[in-house]
Amino acid sequence: MRASLIHNIVSNIVSRVLLVSRVYQTANGYIATDFGVRIPRPLGNGPSRFIPEKEILQVSKVDPRTQSIFEDAFAALGRLDNISLVMGFHPQYLESFLRTQHYLLQMDGPLSLHYRHYIGIMAAARHQCSYLVNLHVNDFLQVGGDSKWLNGLDGAPQKLQALGELNKILAHRPWLLTKAHIEHLLKAEEHSWSLAELIHAVVLLTHYHSLASFTFGCGITPEIHSDGGHTFRPPSLSQYCVCDIANGNGHGHLEERRGNHQVSEVSGEVEVLMERMKQLQECRDEEEASQEEMATRFEREKTESMLVATAEDEECVPSRDVSRHFEDPSYGYKDFSRRGEHVPTFRVQDYSWEDHGYSLVNRLYPDVGQLLDEKFQMAYNLTYNTMAMHKDVDTTMLRRAIWNYIHCMFGIRYDDYDYGEINQLLDRSFKVYIKTMVCSPEKTTKRMYESFWRQFQHSEKVHVNLLLMEARMQAELLYALRAITRYMT
Amino acid sequence: MEKMSRVTTALGGSAISGRTMFCHLDAPANAISVCRDATQVVVAGRNIFKIYGLEEEQFVEKLNLRVGRKPSLNFSCADVMWHQMEENLLATAATNGAVVTWNLGKPSRNKQDQLFTEHKRTVNKVCFHPTEVYMLLSGSQDGYMKCFDLRKKESVSTFSGQSESVRDVQFSMKDYFTFAASFENGNVQLWDIRRPDRYERMFTAHTGPVFCCDWHPDDRGWLATGGRDKMVKVWDMTTNRAKEIYCVQTIASVARVKWRPERKWHLATCSMMVDHNIYVWDVRRPFIPFATFEEHKDVTTGIVWRHQHDPYFLLSGSKDSTLYQHMFKDASRPVDRANPEGLCFGLFGDLAFAAKESLISGDSNRKPYLGGDRRYPIFFFKKPDLTEQFAHVSSALSVFESSLESKRMDWFVKTALLYLLGGKPFAELCDHNAKVAKELNRPQVSTTWTMLRLMFSDPANLSTPGPNNISKLGNLPLMNSFSMKEMGTESRLDRSKGESRQDNIHLEPGNSLINSNNDENEETEGSEGQAEYMFGDAELDDDDLYSMEHEIQAVEEQEYTLPQEAFPLRHEIMDNPSVPEHLQQDKADSPHASGNEAEVMCLTPIESLSLIAISQPLFSPHLPSRFFCPVVREMLSHYAEQGDVQMAVSVLIVLGDRIRKEIDDLTQEHWYMSYIDLLQRFELWNVSNEVIKLSTCSAITCLNQTSTTLHVNCSNCKRPMSNRGWICDRCHQCASVCAVCHHVVKGLFVWCQGCSHGGHLEHVMNWLKSNSHCPAGCGHLCEYT
Repeated sequence: MRASLIHNIVSNIVSRVLLVSRVYQTANGYIATDFGVRIPRPLGNGPSRFIPEKEILQVSKVDPRTQSIFEDAFAALGRLDNISLVMGFHPQYLESFLRTQHYLLQMDGPLSLHYRHYIGIMAAARHQCSYLVNLHVNDFLQVGGDSKWLNGLDGAPQKLQALGELNKILAHRPWLLTKAHIEHLLKAEEHSWSLAELIHAVVLLTHYHSLASFTFGCGITPEIHSDGGHTFRPPSLSQYCVCDIANGNGHGHLEERRGNHQVSEVSGEVEVLMERMKQLQECRDEEEASQEEMATRFEREKTESMLVATAEDEECVPSRDVSRHFEDPSYGYKDFSRRGEHVPTFRVQDYSWEDHGYSLVNRLYPDVGQLLDEKFQMAYNLTYNTMAMHKDVDTTMLRRAIWNYIHCMFGIRYDDYDYGEINQLLDRSFKVYIKTMVCSPEKTTKRMYESFWRQFQHSEKVHVNLLLMEARMQAELLYALRAITRYMT
Repeated sequence: MEKMSRVTTALGGSAISGRTMFCHLDAPANAISVCRDATQVVVAGRNIFKIYGLEEEQFVEKLNLRVGRKPSLNFSCADVMWHQMEENLLATAATNGAVVTWNLGKPSRNKQDQLFTEHKRTVNKVCFHPTEVYMLLSGSQDGYMKCFDLRKKESVSTFSGQSESVRDVQFSMKDYFTFAASFENGNVQLWDIRRPDRYERMFTAHTGPVFCCDWHPDDRGWLATGGRDKMVKVWDMTTNRAKEIYCVQTIASVARVKWRPERKWHLATCSMMVDHNIYVWDVRRPFIPFATFEEHKDVTTGIVWRHQHDPYFLLSGSKDSTLYQHMFKDASRPVDRANPEGLCFGLFGDLAFAAKESLISGDSNRKPYLGGDRRYPIFFFKKPDLTEQFAHVSSALSVFESSLESKRMDWFVKTALLYLLGGKPFAELCDHNAKVAKELNRPQVSTTWTMLRLMFSDPANLSTPGPNNISKLGNLPLMNSFSMKEMGTESRLDRSKGESRQDNIHLEPGNSLINSNNDENEETEGSEGQAEYMFGDAELDDDDLYSMEHEIQAVEEQEYTLPQEAFPLRHEIMDNPSVPEHLQQDKADSPHASGNEAEVMCLTPIESLSLIAISQPLFSPHLPSRFFCPVVREMLSHYAEQGDVQMAVSVLIVLGDRIRKEIDDLTQEHWYMSYIDLLQRFELWNVSNEVIKLSTCSAITCLNQTSTTLHVNCSNCKRPMSNRGWICDRCHQCASVCAVCHHVVKGLFVWCQGCSHGGHLEHVMNWLKSNSHCPAGCGHLCEYT
């Protein structure tokens, strides 16, 4: 009886959260004038700038499982952030994601609570992800963090400052991470880290780096209560229109027209992709590439991935607000082969998550290895056997190509993969998107999001984003854990 | 015996010999394998594929199989196996998914024989059939196992693991057609090589990947598996369900497991991460490795026993680019360094202690504990070679039972029930409680009560009745207390005359009393009774007290917390003197303690008391009850810390105002809460309620004032009645009607819990005096208590 009551209340709240923008819109008009109360109005519509709000709404309403996960999340955190709402497309994954995140942030662990949030802030700030930064600044203060730390890394304890270097390298060039970095952090002196703390920190850093990718990749809009999430200005007509069109909320006919236009232009894109997959599957055995050929294919893909221009290369200056949480803002993703520095290829057969990474993490930070393992597997194996409007498609090959392409960008090679497949399956605009999202997510734009896989549904694009996020996290983790292993032996 | 003979033939003319030795490889090794006659070993890795000869003193590189200018990924080996029947035949599993066979008999430099590229992902394992020359099995990351006939170009059968990656495949040593496969999801499957459509049997062996498995070389049904969950398990496969018969917990994930030849219970393991050592375990004693090889500087990737019938040589390859031959005699034995003593507390305070028998036997008067004489079975009957045995330690286990604790908490319950916390004069309470404690065999507690009585009785007399007495008896109060002391001292002196403790710290009388405590109690009480009688007429007030107990003495005065009460009550007191008189008669021999002089006289008969007599009056006037408070406070804290919060709270209640101010409220509250909690756990609701009632702590007393609201539902519409108790807001009916007079009950309403009829308290009471049935006529036999 009581349980169901709570259930109702929570689900009411959930739907209210979802509808909040609407309420504000209607209420704003007269309440403000009648009582002279200034009511904040959300700037964006819905949780994502890229995905129409109503689609997200629909998902969470229809699927009881999503609903219950939302309720649990709301009960645990007292809020339901936009990230969770967007991930609600994939409830299985969301469950695993939230469990892991909850464990990392709230449960027993080597680091104290405010350290965890601060590390989250550091990591998100590396990618100028103001959404995550704001979220965790609040949490940080709530768990009793010292607000002085928020003035910049200089204000934080020396111990955290020491982590800055690791944060920087992991975020942009994880392959440069060496035993020496770990040694530096662990050497026994006053502000040193313990191994368990370091593992916790590394997991947090990688988690938030990749989550920043997801945030930008899906165009997550700021929460209404955080900076940039609301305005007090009354809605002007022009703003309203732009906003709504951009979200597909506005005038239906306009959207439709554009949609029709696109379809005619790109019709058959999906079919072509499927055809290629089928071909690859069939001709695999007949045309066997020589070993040398295979090796060069990887190198080529690796080099090429460097050359994929990250689209609009305009220098976006990080907003002052966020940049103070890290140092050396000019340090970004540098393509490793371009500068002539030779980085040895990382062979996954020599150091894999399943065999090595897992054991190390679980040894030093019990249970987290298991949680991460489940999350990786969930992301890697998630499929609904659909592609756009086609059903019963085996997408294993496509998912593997995406996963391996991301690892390839980080120099991680699978001996048993033919990197020629990537070229067949991933077209250029998709590669641009992946590359931007993984390497400099802050540059992701709505146009990029729209220009790849135009016929696919939003839920599928979110799925891709999940893959990208997890693959990136694993890649960073592999480098970090390998360095730690080397330190330990 | 058959086995033994085979050993001799196998070892034949060329008995293996050698020493612990190693050589550097050019690159990390992934796997190693030996040829049948134990003279050569092949090392395979990502960048290495070489054959070394095993000589007496060193490894000698025999052959480099990695030829060609641009070595392809086919050379990047995850696993290698040397055929045990055909000494020219090798197979490797490549990380790119190729299965390659090599023929050393080839005249050309490139010994590559066959290449199978049927697997889509990395091949984790290859395995030759133990007796069949051309049969090769492979297990791959892509979830398939394939069986190859080396005379054909492609696989002859494929076994599907349902897209779960295969980590290891092993042909059974004894069953021609059977092989075992271990999977990344923790399962182990048994297959019949002739039936590729379905596995014969499957069971979950580990949580997380099973990295390796190995059939026992002699015992048909035994399979050892090792997993990421840091366990090695031995399964008996002969039964219907695979049964786990042994389990060894290691400190890191288990990468390889190999049964030791000729030793039924031994197996060797190495780890994939963190731990670089090779362990040999006796599965029956899984807590400590039988032997350890600690030479490697990085994780060991491949282990193999050099000869399949020789248990003394172990070869290993490692990521640190070395190849080792370990001699068993050089292994370190952790058991030698282990501490064979153990100590542990039981749940109820028992203490178990295990130590080597030799150590314990020295202590002859110890009674051996039942079952403490358990010895480990003696291993290796066949070969009484000392180096091959666990240093067997037989330990004796002693268990010390703590007698008090073994009764568990009985004493607590009894004490809680029997203690008197109020309603009687202080001294009586103390005595009663002391007696209770003594009966429960808690002498210290008992003594404490007695001491408390002594400490607080007199000074209380001194301070509270003071004004009254002065008004009436002038100097008496001082003398009075003095006399009490004397009584105590007197009795003490009877006992221990030799002791000349004359420094008369005020505690002393108490102390000595404690020593001789109980025998003297009556006597002491008697004397105190007299003392009390002395000023009985001065101020005894509480007739209750008198009527109840005759032996209550001076103590009563302490029940006056409010001095003014003494005045109005005095008249009543006047009729009481008979009681003390009575008492006095009983104790005829105790001298006339009725006035100042009496004191002196009382002293005189006893020799050598003059000193005391002199000194005590000097002190006692300066010793108000407060003097003891620090001591008592300490004592209470001591008890509370010892876990006897019962004592702390009981004393706190009994002493009441005497001590209350000395202890800060929070501590008091804490004690109260703890005690009440304990009482409630033991379901001693009455006692707990009494404690709450008697407590002076506001936070505690208010406990009884919470949830005193009674919610009632309307008897007509069953809705809760929120506003008034007698009329329902919804149906506007008068809900609570008296069953006797049929009027609405607005005040006290009593009802039967059986039939839920009731009415005015008085009416129902009257009704039930004459009737036994419910007044409502429902036929229920109501009961009014």
